[in-house]
Amino acid sequence: MAEVRLRKVVKRFDDVEAVRGIDLDIADHEFVVLVGPSGCGKSTTLRMVAGLEDISDGEVLIGGDVVNDVPPKDRDIAMVFQNYALYPHMTVFQNMSFGLRLKHYPKAEIKKRVDEAARILDIAELLDRKPKQLSGGQRQRVAMGRAIVRNPKVFLFDEPLSNLDAKLRVAMRTEIKKVHQQVRTTTIYVTHDQVEAMTLADRVVVMNNGRIEQIGTPNQLYHTPETRFVAGFIGSPAMNFIPCQLEERAGALSIRLTDSLAFPVPEAKASRYRGRAANGSMLLGLRPEHITEAHGHLEPGAVPFEARLEVTEPMGMETLVYFGVNGAQVCGRVNPNSGAREGAALRLAANLNNMHLIDEATGRVI
Amino acid sequence: MVDATLSQVEVARPAGKRSSLRRTIERKSTIAFFMALPLIVLITLLVVYPALYSMHLATLNKSMERFVGFGNFLFLFKRETFWKVVQQSCIFAITAVVFKAIIGFVVAHFVHNIPAKGQRKWRGMLLVPWVIPPAMSCLAWLWLFDPSYSAFNWVLGHLGIGPIPWTGDAHWARFSVILVNIWIGAPFFMIMYLAALKSVPDQLYEAAAIDGANWWQRTCYITLPMMRNIIAITALFSLIVTFANFDIVQILTAGGPIDMTHVFATWSFRLGIQGNDIPLGAAVSLFMVPILAVAAIFILRDITRRGSEV
Repeated sequence: MAEVRLRKVVKRFDDVEAVRGIDLDIADHEFVVLVGPSGCGKSTTLRMVAGLEDISDGEVLIGGDVVNDVPPKDRDIAMVFQNYALYPHMTVFQNMSFGLRLKHYPKAEIKKRVDEAARILDIAELLDRKPKQLSGGQRQRVAMGRAIVRNPKVFLFDEPLSNLDAKLRVAMRTEIKKVHQQVRTTTIYVTHDQVEAMTLADRVVVMNNGRIEQIGTPNQLYHTPETRFVAGFIGSPAMNFIPCQLEERAGALSIRLTDSLAFPVPEAKASRYRGRAANGSMLLGLRPEHITEAHGHLEPGAVPFEARLEVTEPMGMETLVYFGVNGAQVCGRVNPNSGAREGAALRLAANLNNMHLIDEATGRVI
Repeated sequence: MVDATLSQVEVARPAGKRSSLRRTIERKSTIAFFMALPLIVLITLLVVYPALYSMHLATLNKSMERFVGFGNFLFLFKRETFWKVVQQSCIFAITAVVFKAIIGFVVAHFVHNIPAKGQRKWRGMLLVPWVIPPAMSCLAWLWLFDPSYSAFNWVLGHLGIGPIPWTGDAHWARFSVILVNIWIGAPFFMIMYLAALKSVPDQLYEAAAIDGANWWQRTCYITLPMMRNIIAITALFSLIVTFANFDIVQILTAGGPIDMTHVFATWSFRLGIQGNDIPLGAAVSLFMVPILAVAAIFILRDITRRGSEV
């Protein structure tokens, strides 16, 4: 097991720069998830760590050694691919033991390792089958088994769950987490699914347009995003962004959304925003769970307002309500018994203790 | 319950027979049969009828007036030339197919690794020997093999070798017909293997590279097993065509010298058409069937078995 370091890593495909100077330190035993939209460079970054793509510039270090020119087989890594990449003509046992057989491990040792991995992944009874005879979930386990038996320094996962149906994906997510808790190998996991990223990672790396937007624990990313992109990417339903102006009158700060709607900035946030009133156009970032129905007794920081609902989406345990404010569609989460109806007005409360203010020009959270 | 009631109603219907005929006509397999009928008729006329007719011919005497049963076959067994032809046909077909397969495989790898931009050009050029009518290219080869004025012997002469009697000496003549067959047939293997190579997912190679496989191991453990069915089918197809080859041998050597390069087709032609013994010629040509059938059974059985695995 080992730590992985990326130093100013760049990947160019002809004139296109897919990865633009990434710096990333991954500690030993850590589970790091690279997340971002399609084309953000996350898979390319992973493939550079694996040695499947040349590094155009910068350095990749595994266990302290620069591996830029080391072929994949000598990097002591194992990779799980999106479509599993199991060898179709080999049995599960042969698939899992292929790497060990190439390295001329003794037969007894190979069997021991495969049996152990099969036990961890609960696929002991599948060892004689061919990949074609397995379900998607079982194939995924075999692909993981192939990685585990090698006992590598680093596990690399390239969107391993995207070929599975929603239910199986959730089950396999838990499975991967359990496996990591048992084997504790340094893991880099690539996904475009922010829920996977949040649930699996010790730390999440949010990437966009070939750059790292933010690195942090799932909670840090959720509660203190640094950019509009991260704020919008993490969380489902996504954070609301409402165009607004920050006003300062007689020392009191307020967020003006429309001529008739303004929210006072709570004391806890005021010091952060003081002196920014002249910044020009801004965005108020507020997660849907911080817009709820207004109770008689309002929580500190909560500001009541009335909205005419355009759409309601009953989810069972909650109802999502959508309404327009200053040209933006805003989503709130209310109690199913709150009486929310499409076309009707509802008294809501926005909890501004959890607000974010984003400079529209720079896209950074103030 | 509902089903049972319905079927009772159908049975009770007086036009039941008619509707079952209509159902048969409307059945998918019936429609498929009718759509394939023109081809079935064509195959029957051009393949089945001549095959049955040649079987019939093989049982007649030279003047085709009297039934002699297996007489022609028994006569052939006693002739030394027949066994020479069997041996020569096997050597010709197997050697040519093996070399075509090897050359096709190697060239397919080279072409596969050429960047996509220039690949089409190379693919087109490499297919030329296969698309030129064999009669034409064989004539060109015949000039190249000319003992006195050919380009080959001219070049070899400058190197102090030769002249080589390309089609005059039995061994060199065998070599020459096999060489030309390989030249004509290798592009077919190349294009089939290239298609097979392109169908192997890149991720399998990437997974193997991470598993620690070098180039040779990737070829042995990934490429070859993934291409096995295509390799087998191409080899079988080529074996049949090469075994039944006529034009190359006929144009280059016409079976000579002293019958040393005859294959079944050319010897059958010599006996049947040139020797005016059509029943004997038909008997010779029929000998290809059991030999090819055995090869086909083995290869196809292997493909069927593996087909269910992958």
